[in-house]
Amino acid sequence: MSISPEEVAKVARLARLDLSQDTIGQYAAQLDGILDYMDKLSELDTSSVEPMYTPVDQVSVMRDDVVKKDYARADILKNAPETDGAFFIVPRIV
Amino acid sequence: MPELTQMTLSEVRKALLDKTVSAAEVTDAALSRIDATEPKVRALLSLQAEEAQAQAKALDASGPDATKPLWGVPLVVKDVLATKGVPTTCGSKILENFRPVYDATAVARLKDAGAILLGKANMDEFAMGSTTENSAYFATKNPWDLERVPGGSSGGSGATVATGQCYGALGTDTGGSIRLPASFCGIVGLKPSYGRVSRFGMVAYGSSLDQIGPMTRSVEDAARLLQVIAGHDERDSTCVNVPVPDYVAALSEKTDLKGLTIGLPAEYWDKGLAPEVAEACATAIKTAEALGAKTVPVALKLSQYAIATYYIIAVAEASSNLARFDGVRYGHRTKAPENLLDMYVKSRSEGFGDEVQRRIILGTYVLSSGYYDAYYHKAAQVRRLIRQDFEAALSQCDVLAGPVCPTTAFKVGEMTSDPLQMYLMDIFTISTNLAGLPGMSLPVGLGRESGMPVGLQLTGRAFGEAALLQTAQVLEKNVCATGSPTL
Repeated sequence: MSISPEEVAKVARLARLDLSQDTIGQYAAQLDGILDYMDKLSELDTSSVEPMYTPVDQVSVMRDDVVKKDYARADILKNAPETDGAFFIVPRIV
Repeated sequence: MPELTQMTLSEVRKALLDKTVSAAEVTDAALSRIDATEPKVRALLSLQAEEAQAQAKALDASGPDATKPLWGVPLVVKDVLATKGVPTTCGSKILENFRPVYDATAVARLKDAGAILLGKANMDEFAMGSTTENSAYFATKNPWDLERVPGGSSGGSGATVATGQCYGALGTDTGGSIRLPASFCGIVGLKPSYGRVSRFGMVAYGSSLDQIGPMTRSVEDAARLLQVIAGHDERDSTCVNVPVPDYVAALSEKTDLKGLTIGLPAEYWDKGLAPEVAEACATAIKTAEALGAKTVPVALKLSQYAIATYYIIAVAEASSNLARFDGVRYGHRTKAPENLLDMYVKSRSEGFGDEVQRRIILGTYVLSSGYYDAYYHKAAQVRRLIRQDFEAALSQCDVLAGPVCPTTAFKVGEMTSDPLQMYLMDIFTISTNLAGLPGMSLPVGLGRESGMPVGLQLTGRAFGEAALLQTAQVLEKNVCATGSPTL
């Protein structure tokens, strides 16, 4: 499979990245080479193979539903670019 | 007594408990070594000198505590691990001013064990890279030769330990990021089995591949650090509740390799190895045989598919993990955005570096509608076959051995232009992460041509770290010593 500059631009939009025209062209060429290399996997017949998403075969771990307060709101907000002292502030949405 | 900063963690721990040296003396010696070498090596993104000195003073006031396995020992951790109140940048501009409100579990366990944290180690941005040139701040140099790279992505951790700035460091390994810098810097590096060490507080790259592990100047040191950080943690559901053996005690059980079968995967020894790497690794295997080990040829036939499989899964998981950087709760936010979407897009584009953006794009692509089956689903299927390949090989032997990397450390700038070429350097290390097995890099001497360290990789069964450490320690005592860089 090959990837066109238009597809790179589309994927960049999905990934919330703003790439310059130059970068789009450069990535398209590089990703083309990388995807070409990845197409090697199609040589293998995996029709009957169960996919493996993690090395640890364990089901979801359950715990008691208990309220815990580990962190103070003021400490969490210290890392935020903009707050009103109680909430995260973002540009107007509606 | 060797010079203080050249001692191993195990040696300095004993000296501290015997009161031959004080925690303040050890800490000051490490800080002086950092002062003298850091302008050349540049291993550290931040230094917590005053805090370390204050902590050392407090420890000395209360006196040595033998129940604390790392009492008074100065260590460094990779900047991908959350440290409460201390900058945690992941080598990225997007987290330039980030100070976590909690410690990663591995960091908290080091602190509980009495360790002194000196600073945070440089790394490729978000652990994406094999040279540490991809840090958004500066490149770390290899202390053996400042014109060469230290490996990556835990290159800062590798360089700081090899230079003698500290007694051990934590690195993280998604596709070889502990083992490669350990190999290039001539130290011991251990990537534990997936699920052995809690990932809580480690900024995620590939969540099904990432593990935290020790980087040290001796095998015993690695056992001591692993002992502290291993074990169940309710804050990481993938950290398995399997008992942690006494790794340090296990080391004294073996003085030779009688009864051990070492598998030599043909695919790791056959082709493409630099002659000096093949020679040093083969000599180590001959030493193992002389010590009673039996060697058998094994096959890992799917090795040729490992890089493609790995890079699909790793970038897919990365694109998902890095979606959390949106300029809302922490991290960089663009100035004067037009609206919410514009804020997301500009904050991310300004904050992430080139390789990170490339991998996000690739990851988003392989997960996107129409390509998911051909890439991500397919790679997950091949991943199971690769694991089965390892299980079959490890049913014929106790550990697998081969080189960590086809070459010794390369020159600065040599690998930066072609991303695919850089991905290929991980050829021997990534399968271990796909299969979730423990892997270790042990220094086995200097390359005849480059004079740079060569690492032998040992891979074991899941949760078989004790067997790896035992084998590595017997070899460590019998192969020609790699020594340390003169800097």
